[in-house]
Amino acid sequence: MNHPKCDHCDKPAVVHEVTLKNGVKTEIHLCHDHAQEAGVSMPTHQPINQLLTQFVISHSSRAKAKSRSRKTCSGCGMTFARFRQTGALGCPDCYEAFDDQLTPLIKRAQNGATQHRGKTPNRAGASVDRQLLITQLVKELDQAVGAEQYERAAQLRDRLQELNPGVAGADPVPEQGQSDPSNS
Amino acid sequence: MKFSTPGPWLSDDGPDTDVVMSCRIRLARNIAGFPFVGRANDAQRREILKVAQQVVLATPLAEGMFWVDLGQSSTRDRQLLMERHLISRHLAEADFPRAVAVSGDETLSIMVNEEDHLRLQVLGPGLGLDGLMEQINRVDDAIESKLDFAFSRRWGYLTACPTNVGAGIRLSVMMHLPGLKLTGEIDRVRRAAKDLHLAVRGYYGEGSESAGDFYQVSNQITLGCSEQDLLAEFRDRILPEIIKYEQHARQMLVERNPTLLDDRIQRAVGTLRSARLLGAEEAMKLLSRVRLGVRLRRLPGIELSTINHLLLQIQTAHLQKAVGASLNPDQRREARAKMMREALA
Repeated sequence: MNHPKCDHCDKPAVVHEVTLKNGVKTEIHLCHDHAQEAGVSMPTHQPINQLLTQFVISHSSRAKAKSRSRKTCSGCGMTFARFRQTGALGCPDCYEAFDDQLTPLIKRAQNGATQHRGKTPNRAGASVDRQLLITQLVKELDQAVGAEQYERAAQLRDRLQELNPGVAGADPVPEQGQSDPSNS
Repeated sequence: MKFSTPGPWLSDDGPDTDVVMSCRIRLARNIAGFPFVGRANDAQRREILKVAQQVVLATPLAEGMFWVDLGQSSTRDRQLLMERHLISRHLAEADFPRAVAVSGDETLSIMVNEEDHLRLQVLGPGLGLDGLMEQINRVDDAIESKLDFAFSRRWGYLTACPTNVGAGIRLSVMMHLPGLKLTGEIDRVRRAAKDLHLAVRGYYGEGSESAGDFYQVSNQITLGCSEQDLLAEFRDRILPEIIKYEQHARQMLVERNPTLLDDRIQRAVGTLRSARLLGAEEAMKLLSRVRLGVRLRRLPGIELSTINHLLLQIQTAHLQKAVGASLNPDQRREARAKMMREALA
């Protein structure tokens, strides 16, 4: 996006529309005020696709992927080196945070096993199902936005908020295009 | 702290009690949203305690559950709990907020803030692992209906130590292996156990030496198999082998040199019936011999239950409780010998 200025004035453009029709590309760049004038619907805080990414991020392992490279658990501040000294992890999030280094260790200690095959807590079943439902709703929301069914999209977004209140705005917004709903 | 008669795991009517004295199943669980015990600060540990207490006391888990705040209890009481295998040494000796909930009949104990937030444990006589599995699952489910456990689909129940991750289950049996000790085969068994991914520990579990000929054998693998598979492996393949070897060793002793065997047994009984001073370690060794003699029917007039009770009563805290006074080590040696003479007269 390298059109910082509005087509009609000198203010920075916040709405960008690129249309491809009959092989011809048209671009429109509008500031907040001119966009409203033109009747383009604008969410007050963030564009809806950014909102989408947030939902997906909070349920995927991407956020945690960042702490992996820093080798510190974002949940408790434990480092892998410290774990090696004490033999005990700091919190449940450590398993994700140190996944790369922990996996071979666990594999060796557990006779090659890397996948739990035993009992599941009843509640965890419910929360995992909830995760799947959220993923599904996010997919549908994405499709609705893509099809410009904004009313339906708003309904889906409300439902998502219901399932997991406070999740939007809780995590930092990542670069766009990184998320993959099927990963959550 | 009041105690009723010691737990049923001391009785002698469990299956295969020749070799297997008692069995135990332990589950490690952590409450979601908290760091593990080692990393938590005292405020968090107190919070965990509070949550655990609320859940445990409000859920019907067993008859007569009582809660012991170990920070408030005396050293003697902690020692008593340890000697009854209701808490670990680790929990007894820690100095931060922790507790244990125990059922009236002492078959169930729930340690709070041990290495993991919750360590559920059931004890039973002989080789009754199936019954214990059923019982502990019920307790686990009941607690889980009120709490969120830290769990991931991939790693299973998340524990402080990755060696417990997955099912978080420890199956153990206390075995009496005097035959293998006397035939010199016990080290071979220990090595074989290691190959089978079994831990072999002394009478007091982790970090203890084998007092007498008592060994605690438990599984080490907790990930990649279902709890039922681990139980079946343990119950149907591993234990029968060890039991078979021990019984074979005993048979060899009886057949090859019965006089030598009797000499060893009778010297043990003789010492126990006459000594004026007895240290705990020596007492365990001698009781172990006598137990073998009773099991081989070479000591008529002595009951197995007497031996089993003595094994507990000669322990430091139990001894002092029986005598009704605090004793220094020399006094304990004297009191122990007296107790032994009176029990085996």
